[in-house]
Amino acid sequence: MTKKILAKAYVWVLLLLLYAPLLFIAIFSFTESRVLGNWTGFSVKLYENLFCAKMQGSSTLLSAVENTLLIAVIAAMLATILGTVAAIGIFNLKGRKRQTMNLLNSIPMVNPDIITGVSLFLLFVFLHISQGFVTVILAHVTFCTPYVVLSVMPRLSQMNPNIYEAALDLGATPAQALRKVMVPNLRPGMVSGFILSFTMSLDDFVVTFFTRGTIGLDTLSTYIYTDARKGGLTPELRPLMTLIFLIILILLIVINVRQTKTQKKKV
Amino acid sequence: MENYIIDLQHLSKSFGDKKVLHDINIKVRKGEFVTLLGPSGCGKTTILRLIAGFLAPDEGKILLDGKDIVELPPYQRPLNTVFQRYALFPHLDVYDNIAFGLKLKNVPQKDIDAKVRKVLRLVNMEDYEERDVDSLSGGQQQRVAIARALVNQPKVLLLDEPLAALDLKMRKDMQIELKEMHEKLGITFIYVTHDQEEALTLSDTIVVLNEGRIQQIGTPADIYNEPVNSFVADFIGDSNILDGTMVCDRRVRFIDEEFNCVDEGFGENTPVEVVVRPEDVNIKKDIQKGLFFGTITSCTFKGVYYQLFLNTDKGYELMAHDYRKFEVGDLVGINILPENIQVMKKERTCNAFDATVLDSTHLEMLDGEFECLPTEIAPGTKVRAEVAFDKIDILDHQEEGSAAGQVYSIIYKGDHYHLTVLTDKRKHIYVNTNDVWDKRDLVGVRIEPKDIKIVEINED
Repeated sequence: MTKKILAKAYVWVLLLLLYAPLLFIAIFSFTESRVLGNWTGFSVKLYENLFCAKMQGSSTLLSAVENTLLIAVIAAMLATILGTVAAIGIFNLKGRKRQTMNLLNSIPMVNPDIITGVSLFLLFVFLHISQGFVTVILAHVTFCTPYVVLSVMPRLSQMNPNIYEAALDLGATPAQALRKVMVPNLRPGMVSGFILSFTMSLDDFVVTFFTRGTIGLDTLSTYIYTDARKGGLTPELRPLMTLIFLIILILLIVINVRQTKTQKKKV
Repeated sequence: MENYIIDLQHLSKSFGDKKVLHDINIKVRKGEFVTLLGPSGCGKTTILRLIAGFLAPDEGKILLDGKDIVELPPYQRPLNTVFQRYALFPHLDVYDNIAFGLKLKNVPQKDIDAKVRKVLRLVNMEDYEERDVDSLSGGQQQRVAIARALVNQPKVLLLDEPLAALDLKMRKDMQIELKEMHEKLGITFIYVTHDQEEALTLSDTIVVLNEGRIQQIGTPADIYNEPVNSFVADFIGDSNILDGTMVCDRRVRFIDEEFNCVDEGFGENTPVEVVVRPEDVNIKKDIQKGLFFGTITSCTFKGVYYQLFLNTDKGYELMAHDYRKFEVGDLVGINILPENIQVMKKERTCNAFDATVLDSTHLEMLDGEFECLPTEIAPGTKVRAEVAFDKIDILDHQEEGSAAGQVYSIIYKGDHYHLTVLTDKRKHIYVNTNDVWDKRDLVGVRIEPKDIKIVEINED
């Protein structure tokens, strides 16, 4: 009995430790105090400020949010297309070639961000590509694509290997077969890959920092970094982070529900 | 010139350095039901994929109505395929699966509806239009796959082991239905299977394949009654395959007995192989009525008949089918009618290996090194090494032999087994042995030096 209680308590303490910072921010997003940690009564003023642009430097914060979302959407879309095509290609390789490609695909995923960031920075400088919005997107596509490959691959191996040929056999051109048969069947994998890419792009600081150039492009993460160094966090970041956390949470739940659904279908 | 709807001319195909098809020539008449039959890996599916256009041949032509279609992509060939594992589109329902091809051709919706309904009736699947294909049973999925192919009114329907995944009862029912469909529609069927019974039941013509080569083309009755070699005889139905000698025209000697037969033109005292189907081994309860006699060693009930094994008085084993039950140990007379003895030319009488002389007592052959009797032939010379079938020892462990291989086929010949052993590089070694081996056993190969006969090749 005590064993059981201890085991349960352990889990709850662990969860509390994990989520304490998030809870902390979420709770203090509902008070007006400029200093984090001072509770000056419940208020939704910070949320109001955030949405009605009544705060100092709100335009730069909002444009950073806008940049972040735009970069995440574009990069995730490109990575999804690129990754799906690559997965189909790798899947159709045989034996050793396929192993090699899988390995090459997984190396960027374990590579530390700082190395990816610095090497991309050097590459862009070497190629004389002026850095800014485009280079950040290219960089994000680079580190997102392997994850798309990884999430599309299992769909391919579950698929009947003949269905592409069956489509050709019934008169579909390769492009039609891809659109009408392959994509619908790979869609769950592509969606997971897209969501994964989207969240990773949102989350990224290091790679963005090295590839955004000097034109003053800010995403949310670089904005917060600069803001924190200027002296204290803008209080409106608290509601913003709470909202972002909620959005990510919902996305994760969606992914999980989808997965259990497809698993159930398989059984 | 006769009109063939499909005419395969000199097709060959390799995957990497492995040649899977050698000079394939098959002609198919309009409306014919042709079956490509052979063990797995014989190249039958490759032929089908060449016709469908998923593969391109290395050499040769594929004529459809007299026109070469080798350059045509699969989606432009007026052929449709029923795949082995159905390959239905899981994201579409039954109706949309079947309508897939028609929609691509922009057939008006009204016509699509009518055609889909008609073809669903043909395969006994009315009222299933809305169903998700994943919710269907194997047999139902197969019907949808057939309907999806037939709705496009192909000139030829290609079927790749369509019934392989079904259980026995379902398979038998589907065989009958397929046969009826073929008769009703008049479409040419090219059917791939490894099931000889299925081939015999369904086909107008059977093409027997082994190791990428055509062994025999003929009607089911031809193939069954007059197999051209021991592979065909062994693959199709049960059979007694025996070594024999053609004494003279219409007279053959095997199992140490002489028989009258109906074959001529083999020459006198020629080694041959003889096939006798078990149902043609007539058993007489009265010993005096047989040409020779034997003892029943086993009797197994098989439903319609008893399968019997007999030991003849000269020590050979024969298989027989009979409606009567016999007791083990019964002494019976045995008779074989002349017309039931199928005599085949012997394809080979001994092994002939390509070899290279290494030094005065060693040869390199079969990817290994063999000791031979002292020879005067200069090292490096290419020679032919001949070894009798029964002079090859096969060993349990690959590393024990001078060469290594895998047992590829086994034919029982009444008093010994005739094995084909393949080396890694697919060189054939033929072995006669009394030991029991299994297919796919990994074996070592040993040959006594005195049993290797070196024949010089005159290089012109």
